[in-house]
Amino acid sequence: MKLKVDDLDKISEKMQSTTNLREGVWRARINVHMGTCGIASGARKVLSAFLSLIEESGSTDIILTTSGCAGLCSREPMATVELKGEPPVKYVDLDEEKVEKIFTEHVLGGKIMEEYALAIGSERMF
Amino acid sequence: MDDLSLHLLDIAENSIAARATRIDIVIIEDRGEDVLIIRITDNGIGMDDCMREKVLDPFFTTKPRKSVGLGLPLLAQAAEESGGSLTIESGSQEGTEIVASFALSNIDRKPLGDMDETMRVLRATHPAITFSYQYQLRD
Repeated sequence: MKLKVDDLDKISEKMQSTTNLREGVWRARINVHMGTCGIASGARKVLSAFLSLIEESGSTDIILTTSGCAGLCSREPMATVELKGEPPVKYVDLDEEKVEKIFTEHVLGGKIMEEYALAIGSERMF
Repeated sequence: MDDLSLHLLDIAENSIAARATRIDIVIIEDRGEDVLIIRITDNGIGMDDCMREKVLDPFFTTKPRKSVGLGLPLLAQAAEESGGSLTIESGSQEGTEIVASFALSNIDRKPLGDMDETMRVLRATHPAITFSYQYQLRD
């Protein structure tokens, strides 16, 4: 299969995005909790939805990561959204519809979706 | 978990937590032998004998503060309920290999599910890790 110029552009964009993630050049970070409880509750769909939205937006400064169980299994699937310089917001009971709203309003627009949020700020462990 | 691709996503997260930089997943559907074999291998920090004996115990976890500790027990249960088994080979600093087998024709065998999506999300969220996936169909 011969590569076209457009193909090369797409490869370049993809690598740029990956490089930005590795070098920590980000504006927003989305972390989806992927413990056993989260996965069983539908976290993969949530993760896929965020991934697709990021790809569609063309953004190269949004990090999408996963972590283990957040310790609140009954409210899974959960995701934490953090905009640079602002406290993280934990969203709970997620589905694809809520993910789209959170992405549009909070990740892109900077407005926290309070109706889906459980907490704001980092936890303190003792 | 509704299907095996979700179990595999869960087990892969264990490998990632074990600092693996390479995770290989092989699925063999052998219709002649009536068996589905899933093998996941990583080059993470592995487990010593003591830990390997405990990991199939429900609620055992190496992440005490925030972890359920049911990932491997649930996969083992899924395998056993469909006439199969689960084995673990691992050594400290030697990586881990988990092999789960299922009787293909068993009515209780979970479907494989969307492995493409599982691999897509793993690769997208962990670009520094090499994931390989092979599916083999044997008659």
